[in-house]
Amino acid sequence: MPERVRFTIDGQPAEAGAGESLLAALWNAGRLAVRSSVGGEARGPLCGMGACFECRVTIDGEPHRRACLERVREGMVVIPRASDRPGPEGPAIETADRASASRWPSRGPERPIGAEIADPSAPGAIEAPRDDGRAREPEPRLMTDVVVIGAGPAGIAAAVHAAEAGARTLLLDEQARPGGQVWRGDPPRAARAWLDRLERSGAQVLAGATVVDAPAPGELLVARGDRPVRVRFERLVLATGARELFLPFPGWTLPGVVGAGGAQALLKAGARFDGRRVVVAGSGPLLLAVAAALRRNGARVVGVAEQASLARLAAFGASLWRAPRKLFEGVGYGAALAAVPYRTGAWVQEARGKGAVDGVRVTDGRREWHWACDVLACGFGLVPSLELPRLLGCATSAGAVLVDAAQQTSVGGVFAAGEIVGIGGASQALATGAVAGLAAAGRAVPERLAARRVAEAGFAARLVRAFALRPELRDLARPETLVCRCEDVPLGHLAAMASAREAKLHTRAGMGACQGRVCGPALAVLRGFAPDTVRPPLVPVPAAILESEDALTAPAGAAGGPAPRTG
Amino acid sequence: MSGPSVIVVGAGAVGAACAEALAEEGCRVTVLESAFPGAGATGAAMGHLVVMDDSEAQFALTSWSRRLWAERAASFPPAMEDVACGTLWVAEGDEEMAHVRKKAAFYSERGEPVEVLDGATLREAEPRLREGLAGALRVPGDRVLYPPAAARLFLDRARGHGAEVRTETRVEAVGSGRARFGGRWVEADAVVNAAGAFAPRLVPGLPVVPRKGHLVITDRYPGFLRHQVIELAYLKSAHTLTRESVAFNVQPRKTGQLLVGSSRELVGFDPAINPSLCARMLRHAASYLPDLTHLRALRTWTGFRPATPDSLPLVGMWEPGLWIAAGHEGLGVTTAPGTARLLADLLLGRTPPIDPAPFDPRRGMPVHA
Repeated sequence: MPERVRFTIDGQPAEAGAGESLLAALWNAGRLAVRSSVGGEARGPLCGMGACFECRVTIDGEPHRRACLERVREGMVVIPRASDRPGPEGPAIETADRASASRWPSRGPERPIGAEIADPSAPGAIEAPRDDGRAREPEPRLMTDVVVIGAGPAGIAAAVHAAEAGARTLLLDEQARPGGQVWRGDPPRAARAWLDRLERSGAQVLAGATVVDAPAPGELLVARGDRPVRVRFERLVLATGARELFLPFPGWTLPGVVGAGGAQALLKAGARFDGRRVVVAGSGPLLLAVAAALRRNGARVVGVAEQASLARLAAFGASLWRAPRKLFEGVGYGAALAAVPYRTGAWVQEARGKGAVDGVRVTDGRREWHWACDVLACGFGLVPSLELPRLLGCATSAGAVLVDAAQQTSVGGVFAAGEIVGIGGASQALATGAVAGLAAAGRAVPERLAARRVAEAGFAARLVRAFALRPELRDLARPETLVCRCEDVPLGHLAAMASAREAKLHTRAGMGACQGRVCGPALAVLRGFAPDTVRPPLVPVPAAILESEDALTAPAGAAGGPAPRTG
Repeated sequence: MSGPSVIVVGAGAVGAACAEALAEEGCRVTVLESAFPGAGATGAAMGHLVVMDDSEAQFALTSWSRRLWAERAASFPPAMEDVACGTLWVAEGDEEMAHVRKKAAFYSERGEPVEVLDGATLREAEPRLREGLAGALRVPGDRVLYPPAAARLFLDRARGHGAEVRTETRVEAVGSGRARFGGRWVEADAVVNAAGAFAPRLVPGLPVVPRKGHLVITDRYPGFLRHQVIELAYLKSAHTLTRESVAFNVQPRKTGQLLVGSSRELVGFDPAINPSLCARMLRHAASYLPDLTHLRALRTWTGFRPATPDSLPLVGMWEPGLWIAAGHEGLGVTTAPGTARLLADLLLGRTPPIDPAPFDPRRGMPVHA
């Protein structure tokens, strides 16, 4: 029996397994809806990995925290409904509740963030704080040769290779543990080998760290909780990964409608699906993996709807001989999914239900049918997370960062690897990460690695062709269907808008907490909108982080200065 | 529509308001906007509607304008996010408190209702302000709204009176009774340059420079603040034309968000966030509102106030057939309705209700530092 943790939800006692995310704990307590939107709709999680901001709850009096990024803790006080709505009825914050000052995150000295790298042998020795006239705690400053952003397969491979080549290396990740989305939870054997190698490599890992800004060349402003950390570096490897593409359709905001990757992330965080009827839909190789994982965990998978046609999938399957490492990712699903209807060229037209999803209307363009379900796991493939690369001014093309043969971006000293150079899965990430890590450490890239990198790029291109989105998906949303889930903006409000920026200023689409991470890629597909300019903070952070000390003078030859930001 | 034909260049709050006022008077109005309505300073602005006492002329224009806004408030669509929150001009110590009393007398003598708050009353009014502040001047009639929606509202009404609005149309040059766009000149009885900080690009010699500002907006914390709060020393910052400066100016938005300003810099049209100035601005705000430090900042942005050397806008004729409505610095949203009425009266040869001389674009002015 795993250890149990007691906490409260809306004042009611609840229990969870130690190690579960707060989001999983809420899910397991039957809370598929965790917040109410600005328009008063009940909402539940979508992405499960910190990008959609739909799982914001009030934790210990502090509103707007993402439950998916929090481990459930003994005694946690959670208020899920946490309305954003203004007005006297809004629970909001406890206005002027000075007696309970502890409701605000503590700034006291009991949180020695950065202390774990205070080891003198570590890459970042902590400098003395500078006096700015107000009593402040030391702001940790880390100095390193190579900093790697993102601890998925690409980032791990980059950090391992850079550190093994002798560079002082620091690996940053927003999650509590390295592994990224693909190696989260219970990692496969191959992943464990990489994680062990990471530990032996000498690379330092800074977990729970979010990059907020690149205030000066060779410098990053990083948030750990409510504390700022400054990182100075010579070379930077971007391995910020990808998130799911969500396209709006009627009912997609109902609680119980989650991403396909979102369902997988929930599973890995400890959410239980046993006995739940799940429809898996959308597009991409992930759908079968998710369906199989759900089955293994006791879910009743009602059906899988893949929007790509059988003809395209067959062509892709035939091309797999060119990339044999991919095959193992496909085996094993056959048995797990033997009795599950798998429909190609089919997509969900509408999710239905009152208060939560209870069924979906599916079509293949000729026929229509209904699948009853408790959960719809629906995602349309992955899109690279380009906020940091774009803030740094890295050139992109077709939604991916442009790199040379050494994985160097258009910004000198800044390298990129993994999904952000083209969606291609874990083995592509490992190949490009290894190249980027070696190059960032100033080493030549062995021919063997270079060849693998090229082969992987070909696979990524075939993947895009096989799972290209069908045009019908652009017409699923009705005028009243919400596009921006943070600000509850319906598609109809965007009719006269010609750009992402105009839509933002005149309809509030993209103005909310997710900063357009969900509606931005959706509007790129629906309306062809180019993304709006990226500005700090890259994620919402306590103002304390932005208040922190001025930028340091950059070391000569350092890379990664901020790009001009407009807007 | 038998009135004169007028081309309005720029669909920010000021240009859009001019278009509305002129169209309402029967002018045949064409608005030419290089991007979309409110895309420039209007889209970056805080959206305060405040009566200011920097000069008699400023008081006259701001109080008249705010009254014009208030008359319309009942018919605002929800997107206007209008909040009649009033302003608190916060005094740090006794010296500033003496200033508060002078300010109170100035407003009262001119019929603007105000209230002097001592330290204790101030804390009751705004419990999130730090302890130890001397007091404040409350101007209950001030409000805040969402500027891009204001620009759109003016334009919609202008269209209702027959105006034509062309977005994504960049004006390349203007002259007496003509404007060039898309490579050809179009004639009109009058051209109004309402291009904000970009006005001098069309009319060289206009004394307008871009004065950059930073803003930070938080997530939603309804009830955190009730008034817009501004430090009394704000005008000190506003008058510093050379150095970079920050001032405490925070608004409660209708959404429950807090909008945090302000900064001033003269760095041309460089839109980059200046992280150290932004940090300074936030620290300064937190020195008044300590809990602000814990609120989540969602976005930062910059904008360019069209500043004039004497802090008054340029409203009136530049040469026959060419008119100016620009240079409003941080008060373009506040004074848009008054500016529009003033311009329309002058253009149509009528006597405006306030003295137009202080706003004459050709007035003698100190040179920009």
